[in-house]
Amino acid sequence: MAILSTPSPVSSNKRLPLYVFLAIVVWLIAYNLIQPLANWLSFGVLGLATDSRFGESLAFFLYDVPKILLLLSGMVFAISMIRTFFSPERTRTLLGGKREGVGNVFAAMLGIVTPFCSCSAVPLFIGFVESGIPLGVTFSFLIAAPTINEVAVIMLFGLFGWKVAGLYVLSGLVIAIAAGFVIGRLKMERYVEDFVWQIRSSGGQSLDEKLTWDNRIERAWDSVKEIVGKVWLYVVIGIAVGAGIHGYVPESALAGIMGKQAWWSVPAAVLLGIPLYSNAAGIIPIVSALMEKGASLGTALAFMMSVVGLSLPEMIILRRVLKPQLIAVFIGVIAMAIIFTGYLFNIIL
Amino acid sequence: MLTIKVLGSGCANCKRVEQIAHKVVTEMGIEAEVIKVTEYPEIMKYNVLSTPGLVINEKLVSTGRIPTPTEVTTWLANALETA
Repeated sequence: MAILSTPSPVSSNKRLPLYVFLAIVVWLIAYNLIQPLANWLSFGVLGLATDSRFGESLAFFLYDVPKILLLLSGMVFAISMIRTFFSPERTRTLLGGKREGVGNVFAAMLGIVTPFCSCSAVPLFIGFVESGIPLGVTFSFLIAAPTINEVAVIMLFGLFGWKVAGLYVLSGLVIAIAAGFVIGRLKMERYVEDFVWQIRSSGGQSLDEKLTWDNRIERAWDSVKEIVGKVWLYVVIGIAVGAGIHGYVPESALAGIMGKQAWWSVPAAVLLGIPLYSNAAGIIPIVSALMEKGASLGTALAFMMSVVGLSLPEMIILRRVLKPQLIAVFIGVIAMAIIFTGYLFNIIL
Repeated sequence: MLTIKVLGSGCANCKRVEQIAHKVVTEMGIEAEVIKVTEYPEIMKYNVLSTPGLVINEKLVSTGRIPTPTEVTTWLANALETA
């Protein structure tokens, strides 16, 4: 396969690294100023009592919104920089010739770092299976890529801390590996739409760009604008609702319905999460507030994974290449894996 | 006469790329035809794994992102030279 290299024509800007350095300094100062500023505004300027419900809600909101938006901007930039070193084309090459098992593990891990948008799920699927990557390995990638996405992980980190974020990434990986492996073992190839097997790409031109550091910085900055521009409103609304719950809902009010004792809460949370997709950014702050009021971590994580990983729009897109039976198996296997993870966390934590 | 193809099944980003292509063509005052390619078998002929893709005179120049108007201008100028 001949690979053409296209030098990106963006002009070189010598000051760019300096700007990045200045941005990091400003970011660090701003991040450390949010807490005192939020308290000063709520309890100083507005003169609300520190133990009042409204004061508590407002201080929570004024602290969390800038914190999450700053975290998102900074970390999306860093993650996008890393992602400029990966591309779906390179991932396909890396996965080529890997056996099932090892392939599933590689595919799930590459799913985290490869730039992916669910709108590209179809060309990616066709390109992977057409190049001979096993169906199950392809699915491991298609489960990991949207589930372990940067917005969800960053927000979990900001609102729950690194342990929960890490647990989410780890269980997302295990689910992607296991579910992909199971789908591969089920030999579902005949439930892929027939036209997929007939496609033969010319194979002539695969894009392999040579990027300079300036290109990488510019692309990372573009992703920050795109991603933060898309989710900021959900973040604000989600945190506003979360702040309301934080101030007004009594402690342990939810222990009965979302606590560990309620065995049915995990499957119920997974079912509820399937139709909710675009609001992933808004749902995490709400779930965070719910956990304060007695919802258990396993149930909460299962809900989030279902919201982010099992999305109706993506299923509709994938229906173009998968027959209904395979879509059903895909949803079923992931849902089972998420429910199992939810129970596991409820038991061990 | 240049042929510009925008590969993608009608997602929001694909429409943006199409708009940018039209805008740059008008600005440069060149003769070019902008074609939307939405069928997957056709898209896959260009060996594209992420959309939107941009093809100028059958050469793939960008995939999986929205190129800037400056980039598109350069690519079109290059294509005019080699055409």
